[in-house]
Amino acid sequence: MIPAAFEYHRPKDMAGVLAVLEEHGDDARVMAGGHSLIPMMKLRMADVPHLIDLQDVGGLSDIDVQSDTIRIGALVTQHDIITNDALTAVAPILREAALQIADPQVRYMGTVGGNVANGDPGNDMPGLMQCLDASFTLVGPNGERTVAAREFYEAAYMTAREDDEVLTAVVIPVPSGGYAYEKQKRKIGDYATAAAAVQLIKQGDTCVHAAIAMTNLSDTPIFSEDAGAALIGTSLDDAALKAAVAAMLNDIDPTEDNRGPIAFKKHVAGVILRRAIERAWSRA
Amino acid sequence: MKDELDNREERVANLKGMGCSRKRVEDARFTQGKGNYVDDIKLDGMLFGDFVRSPYAHARIKSINTEAALQVPGVLAVLTAADLAPLGLHWMPTLAGDKQMVLADGKVLFQGQEVAFVVAEDRYAAADGIEAVEVEYEELPVIVNPFESLKSDVVLREDLDPKAPGAHGPRKHHNHIFTWEAGDKETTQEVISNAEVVAEESMYYHRTHPCPLETCGCVASMDKVNGKLTLWGTFQAPHAIRTVVSLISGIEEHNIRVISPDIGGGFGNKVGAYPGYVCSVVASIVTGKPVKWIEDRMDNLMTTAFARDYHMTGKISATKEGKITGLHCQVVADHGGFDACADPTKFPAGFMNICTGSYDIPTAYLEVDGVYTNKAPGGVSYRCSFRVTEAVYFIERMIEVLAIKLNMDAAELRRINFIKKEQFPYKAALGWEYDSGDYHTAWDKALKTVDYEGLRKEQAERVEAFKRGETRKIMGIGLSFFTEIVGAGPVKNCDILGLGMFDSCEIRIHPTGSAIARLGTISQGQGHATTFAQILASEIGLPADSITIEEGDTDTAPYGLGTYGSRSTPVAGAATAMAGRKIRAKAQMIAAYLLEVHDNDVEFDVDRFVVKGAPERFKTMKEIAFAAYNQAIPGLEPGLEAVSYYDPPNMTYPFGAYVCVMDIDVDTGVPEIRRFYALDDCGTRINPMIIEGQVHGGLTEALAVALGQEIAYDDMGNVKTGTLMDFFLPTAWEVPNYETDFTVTPSPHHPIGAKGVGESPHVGGVPCFSNAVQDAFRPFGNTHTNMPHDHWRIWRTANELGLHS
Repeated sequence: MIPAAFEYHRPKDMAGVLAVLEEHGDDARVMAGGHSLIPMMKLRMADVPHLIDLQDVGGLSDIDVQSDTIRIGALVTQHDIITNDALTAVAPILREAALQIADPQVRYMGTVGGNVANGDPGNDMPGLMQCLDASFTLVGPNGERTVAAREFYEAAYMTAREDDEVLTAVVIPVPSGGYAYEKQKRKIGDYATAAAAVQLIKQGDTCVHAAIAMTNLSDTPIFSEDAGAALIGTSLDDAALKAAVAAMLNDIDPTEDNRGPIAFKKHVAGVILRRAIERAWSRA
Repeated sequence: MKDELDNREERVANLKGMGCSRKRVEDARFTQGKGNYVDDIKLDGMLFGDFVRSPYAHARIKSINTEAALQVPGVLAVLTAADLAPLGLHWMPTLAGDKQMVLADGKVLFQGQEVAFVVAEDRYAAADGIEAVEVEYEELPVIVNPFESLKSDVVLREDLDPKAPGAHGPRKHHNHIFTWEAGDKETTQEVISNAEVVAEESMYYHRTHPCPLETCGCVASMDKVNGKLTLWGTFQAPHAIRTVVSLISGIEEHNIRVISPDIGGGFGNKVGAYPGYVCSVVASIVTGKPVKWIEDRMDNLMTTAFARDYHMTGKISATKEGKITGLHCQVVADHGGFDACADPTKFPAGFMNICTGSYDIPTAYLEVDGVYTNKAPGGVSYRCSFRVTEAVYFIERMIEVLAIKLNMDAAELRRINFIKKEQFPYKAALGWEYDSGDYHTAWDKALKTVDYEGLRKEQAERVEAFKRGETRKIMGIGLSFFTEIVGAGPVKNCDILGLGMFDSCEIRIHPTGSAIARLGTISQGQGHATTFAQILASEIGLPADSITIEEGDTDTAPYGLGTYGSRSTPVAGAATAMAGRKIRAKAQMIAAYLLEVHDNDVEFDVDRFVVKGAPERFKTMKEIAFAAYNQAIPGLEPGLEAVSYYDPPNMTYPFGAYVCVMDIDVDTGVPEIRRFYALDDCGTRINPMIIEGQVHGGLTEALAVALGQEIAYDDMGNVKTGTLMDFFLPTAWEVPNYETDFTVTPSPHHPIGAKGVGESPHVGGVPCFSNAVQDAFRPFGNTHTNMPHDHWRIWRTANELGLHS
């Protein structure tokens, strides 16, 4: 549990970060809270000759709640999410999800930016951000660009971010309606056996908007457009729920691990999604 | 002298003796981060050693190239088997009479096995050095199943003559270690074949690990000037380690000082001797500098001292009315690549022959076969006396299976088969003599407290509601009644490597009436400094707060066999009381002299000797202590000291009655513990608060094992659960509220009647949690499913019983 030797860089600004990235290419990695990257380095599963610590770069730790968008800096911690009342008032699903990540000690250090940028299929924030249709701000040598969360994930640890880019912020359209983040895990600190993020809008008795994303059931988070579509226009009767679950199951591709075999994971994914939808509907 | 405490009750309270919930004196330093653990030890010039470990479970070593590693800055040496061979230290004896490679000698037998030892200026350089060692392996066929191992042509242990007997008798196959039997085979088989009712079941008690918070480690420091070796380590048995180090290394025992400082949990993991200890000692001798070795979490989980891994097949016979007539138990025990079980020499399957449990079973037979596989060695007693957890799990499952066969309530089946109070001392069919017990009283109290009948009624209603589709949660009632066998043990039949399992206490009373007592045991969190002082306070009449308890330094503590198997209170606690009584006997003579009466005319009263019939004439123990040193008393040597070595006449047999109420979500497989009631009878209770803490801890480790804690291997012998992500270590979040209760049935042969408690809750808890899961599925046709009951396995049971359709 001791990493190989590495150079530690702590630039004061983004230009400094980009300069190190440019100089060392894929030998350099950016670190926010470090709670995914450092363990991988300690296990010598990640080889990072140049580690760039972002904590002295200003302007990355703010939560900015506007009337129609929320901007969360990459260094905002899960703990910050949990304790920010303004954020909880407009997007309570963020708090509900953050409370289900790891444990308090990890949440003091673990960041939103690191969670979404790392591309670990076990992380909770990527699926949540897909559900919320967030977009990620990437800064690189050619300036800034934006990538939708739903387009960002390519495979495990493979994302649309280029090696010379830094994810600096998450921008979320202010959600409305009912929400739920439902997660089954073996114990505190574990990744999900299955998790579902659901955001619904109800008009009268009818569902007019539904966004559904699943976590740790494929090598990327899964935004299931079909599962959401199955609910829209319905009153969330049993047939609609079954159709949504069936659509979701069509989109996920879980693998067997110590949490259980594929059949179990699919079954639990269905149960968890159903519960998330019902809870979101009750809040809509 | 005017006595400041005239009131007898106040004087008793002032002592903080036995029966008092005295606060733990250890906690001040532990809660402030001021403990002193092995890794806190830093010596001038100290080096750090760490292992190159095998990525393969079975492979031949073609070559080891250390050249590049020796070029790594800070790396001083790389030891391999070839370096240790001239010293005869490339292999070491195990506690089970086998031998184990210190460093891979030609081949490796399990993943994570120690291949080379890199010695460096710090642990970072050592880690880099490990990366640079080049080992060429040739993979060999891997065997992770003991049944396959016994059929396989693949020879795991090429160093052993396949025809020669092992340490425990003849071997049947080149991968077989021993067969151990107890009981009467013919009669048992006859009784079972002629019985009215027979229930059979096969069960696998999975491999798990004690996983103490602090991993294993040591610091070895060889002083070449005076020839003394000092070895600090996470040792549950420091004296035994000293003797073993002396025997292995040839260093005379007086030149070895072993120190166990604060230990962060042991649970059996720190009983054995590990290659890290040997390599650190050798490295210190070679370099002339202190050398530290500390496991990381993965090393600890993958290589040091697993527990369980027992494949058990049982037959239990009974009359139609439910009176048990016979028990047959066959075990195939997976010991891994070397037999490094920590058991008394004559008991290669530990005390598995306590598997008749709390029941009056007239005839029984047990057969255990130990087998080599490509898994890590170990086989320690994780929070239990030797293999007692396996034994109790086995019988408590067999009782449930028999109850199903008889269509009888499992609580009632237990009741009609319990050994009766008047049958004690009770000679069990497999050899043990139970000292004392009152099982019916404990059982009735437990069932009444939880309203057992009400729970069964509620469960029946829940089953109906489930069948009507009104709920997806089913309810289980887990029952367990256990009898432990602890306090190893009588020297006539208990030794480890020839070392008798007595224990010891040495007391010095200081002139001003305070004291220090040293013992052969070592606390790993049990609170010895608190509780042993309480025993002494009651025995010698000085306040517990005035008594220092010291353990773990072999230069100062009397010889003892250490702390495991709940033996500290039954053995060293008895030695403490006996040594205290020697102090008291001399104090009586001093008091009589001071009071100018005959020895027989004074009697002990709480904290003083009083003249019989004249209680106003007395000498306090404090006064007597001063006089012992400072007054010339005819016929008596000055001073007030005593030592006692206690060889227990028998084991002690704590028992308990546990009930768990559990709700299970059949769709997700998630269990929820609604209630857990634990009644423990550990005989005389020394510190009720510490007992309660022990029960909470033991139950939590029982929950862990029953519900998910597992060392799992894939077919290639890769450990699948090598980190705390996958190895289940419960936190406060996963743990339910525990209700504790007690009865008191003192041990008749123990000086203070105490039986030991640290491991009872684990022993009784595992079957209780497991039975709760199994009982929930019983109304739907379940007879038995194996642990661990993690979410997916619970879900699988529900699925197989058709509860998802």
